[in-house]
Amino acid sequence: MKVMTLLIEPLIPALRRYAHGLMRDRATADDLVQDCLERAITRWHQRREDNDPRSWIFTILHNLAVNRMRQRQRRGPHISIEDADEDALALPPPQEERLRHDDLMRALDGLPADQRALLLLISVEDLSYAEAADVLKVPIGTVMSRLARARERLRRAVEGESTRVTAPGAHLRRVK
Amino acid sequence: MNNGPITEGDLHAFVDEALGPERRIEVAGHLANHPELAQRVQSYRRQRGELRAALAPVAEEPIPPELHLARMIKAHRTSRTARWQAAAAAVLILGIGGAGGWTLRSVFQPPRAGIGALAQEATDSYAVFAPDRVRPVEIMATDRSELIQWASQRLSRPVAVPDLSTSGYRFIGGRVIATAHGPAVLFMYDDDHGTRLVLLSRDMAIDKNAPMAQHSRGLITGFAWADKGIGYSLVGHISSQLLHSLADEARRQLGND
Repeated sequence: MKVMTLLIEPLIPALRRYAHGLMRDRATADDLVQDCLERAITRWHQRREDNDPRSWIFTILHNLAVNRMRQRQRRGPHISIEDADEDALALPPPQEERLRHDDLMRALDGLPADQRALLLLISVEDLSYAEAADVLKVPIGTVMSRLARARERLRRAVEGESTRVTAPGAHLRRVK
Repeated sequence: MNNGPITEGDLHAFVDEALGPERRIEVAGHLANHPELAQRVQSYRRQRGELRAALAPVAEEPIPPELHLARMIKAHRTSRTARWQAAAAAVLILGIGGAGGWTLRSVFQPPRAGIGALAQEATDSYAVFAPDRVRPVEIMATDRSELIQWASQRLSRPVAVPDLSTSGYRFIGGRVIATAHGPAVLFMYDDDHGTRLVLLSRDMAIDKNAPMAQHSRGLITGFAWADKGIGYSLVGHISSQLLHSLADEARRQLGND
């Protein structure tokens, strides 16, 4: 378990960041990370040695997040005061920058969950395309096409174009 | 050099800095000739930077106490001690069963001396000390020399600690205990799963040399032997095959001293 602490502890800030970006709700995000760590502790010995610990733990977290989002969907969208945008930012940056970040995060929220997850894993968590494919359990070709759709859709949303129009040929699936 | 036409995938790998140096130059050259494409790629790069900046504060926050990994691992271990408590309860029940057999003691009297008595003492010590989560040993392995000095003094002979670490059992410490046959020294070991073993050793008045023999009581198994007037018993709640090999290893090391 000492090895586990050494390998997993440094990843906790990144796990929190990913959960925050995905769920956009502080309490839910940290709750997910806690579930994830508990699961990791009980499954540590079943982990294959050659399995990269980062992909391994992100997979656990991602699957928990997907389950949580499904529950949300069943219960209808959960909107609370805590969901207000600024809670993602602990140390408020200068006003203008903060507003821009708020817009960006709102636009990110408008993306389908699978695109949002991929964009965060690649752009923020620096997972390689192969690692992201491993975490999301999709072929690498799907990673590439989904990434292209996600970036284009987010760009158009931020730059004020309709989010309904995306990259040519892109097929959109509404998640919520 | 040309590695084929620039694809949408190349553009994203360019944004993510995931291209090899050659391809990177090719993509950059292509973008220089296609301003609209360059603008889109630039927009993706900005998007990437802003996403990172917007979420960076979360990763810089102190980790909330409920996500303290070492503490969570410890709590997980504590829940596992419930299993040890169950084992201790089993020992107690066996003890009660033993008391019920008191009337039969003339028939099944436990050995009062020799290797049989040593086996009893070792099993009793295991039952008492191995489930102890607070202070299973009096002196920890970190104060090994102090423990050896103390035990050697009480047993009036130099004692040695066998090293079972190659089999995955770490020495965690020991103590001197009382037996009907004088002081004995107890050494304790554990493995990564928290499984503990006890090695008990004392001077033998009879059975000064005895071949290794297996003894068991309930789920607790032991291997006892004596060599040149000193008796040993290694006890644990593991497979007798593994315990036997560990006892052989201990005997080999102790015989060389």
